[in-house]
Amino acid sequence: MAKPAELNPDSPALEVKTPPTSRETSKLAGPVTWVDDRIGLAKLAGNIRKVFPDHWSFLLGEIALYSFIILLLTGVFLTIWFKPSMAEIEYAGSYALLRDVRMSEAFASTLNISFDIRGGLLVRQIHHWAAMLFVAAMTAHMLRVFFTGAFRKPRELNWIIGVGLFSMGLVEGFAGYSLPDDLLSGTGLRFVDGLIRSIPLIGTWAEFFVFGGEFPGTLIIPRLYMVHILLIPGLLLGLISAHMALLVYHKHTHWPGPGRTNRNIQGYPFFPIYVAKAGGFFFIVFGVTVLMGAVFQINPVWLYGPYNPSQVTAGSQPDWYMGFVEGAIRIMPNWEWHLGHTTWSWNVFLPGVGLMGLLFTGLALYPFIEAWITGDTSEHHLLDRPRNAPVRTGIGVAGMACYAMFWLAGGNDILATQFHVSLNAVTYFMRVAVFVVPVLAFIVTKRICLSLQRADKERVLHGSESNIIVRNPEGGFSEAHVPLSQEEAYTLTRHPQPKALVPNGVKVGRVRQTLSRWYADGQVPKPTAAEVAEAEHHGAIEGGEGDERVLEGSDSGDAH
Amino acid sequence: MRFLARGGRSSKDRTSLRRHRAARPVLLLLSLFLVGATYAAVSPATESVADGAADAQLIAQGKALFSQNCASCHGLGGEGLAQQGAPALTNVGAAAVDFQVSTGRMPMANPLVQAPAKENTFTEDEIAALAAYVASLGQGPAIPTEDQYNPAGMSPEDVSRGGELFRTNCSACHNFKGAGGALPNGAVAPSLQNATPKQILEALRTGPGQMPIFAEGALPDENAKQVIAYIEQVNAVPAAGLSLGGLGPVAEGFWAWVAGIGSLVLFAVWIASRGARA
Amino acid sequence: MSDKELDLPVPDPGLEEHPPRFTDVDPAAADRSYRQIVAMLAAVPVLVIAFLVVYFAVPRDAELILFGSTFKMQTTLLGLTAGFATLLIGIAAIAWARSLMSDEEIVGERHGAASPPEARERVLADLEIGIDASAIRRRKLLGTGMAGALGMMLLPAVVSLADLGPWPTAEERAKTIEKTIWAEGVRLVTDVTNVPLKATDLVVGQLVNAQPENLEHLEDSAEYQIAKAKASIIVVRMDPNSIKIPESRRDWQVDGILCYSKICTHVGCPISLWEQQTHHLLCPCHQSTFDLGNSGVVVFGPAARSLPQLPITTDAQGYLVARGDFTVPVGPSFFERDSLKDFQEGDR
Repeated sequence: MAKPAELNPDSPALEVKTPPTSRETSKLAGPVTWVDDRIGLAKLAGNIRKVFPDHWSFLLGEIALYSFIILLLTGVFLTIWFKPSMAEIEYAGSYALLRDVRMSEAFASTLNISFDIRGGLLVRQIHHWAAMLFVAAMTAHMLRVFFTGAFRKPRELNWIIGVGLFSMGLVEGFAGYSLPDDLLSGTGLRFVDGLIRSIPLIGTWAEFFVFGGEFPGTLIIPRLYMVHILLIPGLLLGLISAHMALLVYHKHTHWPGPGRTNRNIQGYPFFPIYVAKAGGFFFIVFGVTVLMGAVFQINPVWLYGPYNPSQVTAGSQPDWYMGFVEGAIRIMPNWEWHLGHTTWSWNVFLPGVGLMGLLFTGLALYPFIEAWITGDTSEHHLLDRPRNAPVRTGIGVAGMACYAMFWLAGGNDILATQFHVSLNAVTYFMRVAVFVVPVLAFIVTKRICLSLQRADKERVLHGSESNIIVRNPEGGFSEAHVPLSQEEAYTLTRHPQPKALVPNGVKVGRVRQTLSRWYADGQVPKPTAAEVAEAEHHGAIEGGEGDERVLEGSDSGDAH
Repeated sequence: MRFLARGGRSSKDRTSLRRHRAARPVLLLLSLFLVGATYAAVSPATESVADGAADAQLIAQGKALFSQNCASCHGLGGEGLAQQGAPALTNVGAAAVDFQVSTGRMPMANPLVQAPAKENTFTEDEIAALAAYVASLGQGPAIPTEDQYNPAGMSPEDVSRGGELFRTNCSACHNFKGAGGALPNGAVAPSLQNATPKQILEALRTGPGQMPIFAEGALPDENAKQVIAYIEQVNAVPAAGLSLGGLGPVAEGFWAWVAGIGSLVLFAVWIASRGARA
Repeated sequence: MSDKELDLPVPDPGLEEHPPRFTDVDPAAADRSYRQIVAMLAAVPVLVIAFLVVYFAVPRDAELILFGSTFKMQTTLLGLTAGFATLLIGIAAIAWARSLMSDEEIVGERHGAASPPEARERVLADLEIGIDASAIRRRKLLGTGMAGALGMMLLPAVVSLADLGPWPTAEERAKTIEKTIWAEGVRLVTDVTNVPLKATDLVVGQLVNAQPENLEHLEDSAEYQIAKAKASIIVVRMDPNSIKIPESRRDWQVDGILCYSKICTHVGCPISLWEQQTHHLLCPCHQSTFDLGNSGVVVFGPAARSLPQLPITTDAQGYLVARGDFTVPVGPSFFERDSLKDFQEGDR
């Protein structure tokens, strides 16, 4: 039999064969002992007083997790009645406006859930809103992790798991969107058929294998159903478990602040504070989703009608998270090669398959690229304020701007009508904007970050503005400054600043050197200890000499 | 009548005829006579004599209104002015006039990509007179009668058939419940939710603006009535919550972020805040 | 960068002192918040009972009229009661944690992600012992043999998927995606109502969404949607003097009545946004625009190929009929598609 891989001589479990009879016996001792005797509960449960830091932005991932749980619960309810079949029947249910219309059993059973099962429509709407929130919260969470540098060592693998969750969330959402077999979802599938076909060399084969022959066939809905309720939820569950396990193992990152270091974590205990806070937040997310299901109509498939390959509706758009692909497809120039007896459909393949590939590959590789540029190999548990990593923040905003341009292009028809410009002009504009706007966004963001760094430095060296205008004996006016607390001064000065790599015994390639100089370029140097001492002397920071809160009249910045 | 219509359609013939100074009044008189004669021929015998006279009077009244309100763009004889972008009205028929004027699209204040609907300032009689006059200029669909468009008393099967026709022929431009949609170059397919049954049928038959004509041959009155019934009923279906403009996934995505993520972030801020301290 | 290398211009003042809350120092404030939390929890059973009442008492078709709009009463009320009940539980739990649970910050130690060096070495040593014990180093074919055998087992797994769909060989493609059910003499009928179209019924400016007459025979088979997804057409009538008809397509039309595939050559949306004055046809999905007055060439947008035109004529009774199938495959591009035969401006 296998030996335990690791024998820790300090482990109390090895020394203590029976639970000690404690001085004050807890009322829970009985049941806890019973379970522990059988499955080693105390070892399994670990430290239930584990520390979690408090910050609103740390709850974005929780929204995604809870939406997923809501999706599982409501999804089970929907599967009880949904029939994943493309067999055609004549509708005979209670929604009169589709009486006798030919439709697939999938669509008919969706109508049945909506009109003949009490609460069915509510659950459908909760399910759909939870799906929108799931992807939205994952996006927001990912942006938070990116801009605060929480993806750095040792969390790169968890970042990659997150990218996997995000990409699978998109596929899961799309599969669910397709299941009701209504006019919008069928139009979406038609689009996917075109997308698959466009893959060079193997496109037609992939199409025939996915659809079981020609579009639409009779197999795609049952297959997507399997993908939607078994394959991807299973993978999501596994990856979410790994994501959470790694979170527990690494412990959560925390914001810099007095007493907070890379070696500790400050916050509240899991039990009881976070059981109540996280548990309570689950009910809040659930409650908000149910209220959205009650108050906002979503995906009214009975108005769209059943899928019919010769019908289409104005405003045929995918759910929001596929909008960027839609936009890329719309603004792509119509490049197609006709070589010999073959067709290379770049106008569909590049913006569709190519762009998604680029996005997910770029996201997955970013932590490694940044670490390579900065040569940083240490562990990070303290977050970066976005301003203190200006290039990373600039890259992030540029990425968001690029995504936003593609996303807006997905609504180029709406933009054209709203702003009374030609659709053609909007399209040409967007073709340029997806390249130019990210560059501008990068430059502007970096400048803003550097200005904020300068403002931080000013604040440390001159104190904060008091909103009190002081007139000096010469008749000049100046604003009195309030000294900063030592806590705040520490928080504003403790961050490391990116430095360019210098070949120091180790060989550094030229590309890497250039990139690392670019990454470190333009930083506003932090105040030095000497400058701070000088500022303390003037009373800009509490501590040092003057503990009193004195108003410091600063006539000009240069005086200090 | 048909002969005249063909002649009128060919631009070459028309311009050469029009150049003659006497052409316009002669043509007008001729067409008035022909219209009177046709009406007399097709109307039920009992009404024919009285109606003939009344029609002539109506047409005369319409002509006066036309010269005041329409002629500056469409020309005194409805021949159209290319440089104003105003089409000839010689063969558009009474239904087109009734549609364009009753929805306030005509007269247009200034030339635009598309005539916007606005408040109609004409009385029903005035519109009837204008329509009669324009109808007298050539051949075109007449103003439909109530039994052609009133959808009352249709069976559920008829209405759901109307839905099929609507989704096949209309929703591509006007959206799945007639909320309207975008067309190129700043044009839009308008919302149908405030259109009357009569206006919908007139639009089908006359193809206003860029809209194609859906003529009787392919879409008989019976089917048109089914479509009208569907548009009316689909907009009366109780919604499962605020319909967010009936615009589909774009609006839904917007609300997921604003209402969903927005409110949850506010809750998150509350959860993580330290609150008031003693 | 580890903490040691970090230069700290301001020394770390250490953890901030814990300031007490009102509820810690003022028993009345604590009682007040206690009462609020209990009141929220007490409201939940009321809402749940309301939910049950709505579930059993409100009929499915009941309507609720609010702010001038009509709502489905059952859905709205079930959602409001369940939603507020759930939300209240959450808010009560949070309020409890924030105001009544002890909120003393605690500090935990972090350890590096890596195991201690001894543990790492022990695992490596164990691995070595295990590998030695397995005899794999001495008898090398054991390892390669096992890896190869396992690798080969992937083949059956992958090959078993080869029946996911028919193989699109040249022969199969010719029967499926490269052909439609249009054939010589097949009448053009209206979509939905299946009324045959007479040339004399169409007026200039008219658009008809149509399909082949023989599609109706397929109605009860699985082939129906597949056939319809390729054979749907639009029929338009334009003034023959206002459009360009190439010499090779003179006899594809009847007095300005032209017939085109309804399936976009970009990714296959059905297109029918036809502007009767410009003759442009716009796809509502990605705004590809085709000029139906010029053999369906692309004038704008991401589509690369002109819209296939169906050659038509009239039969003895004056009905519009096809002169054959489309001359090129309809719909979006695929790799094996021979696109040199498609119509291009100038009609090669």
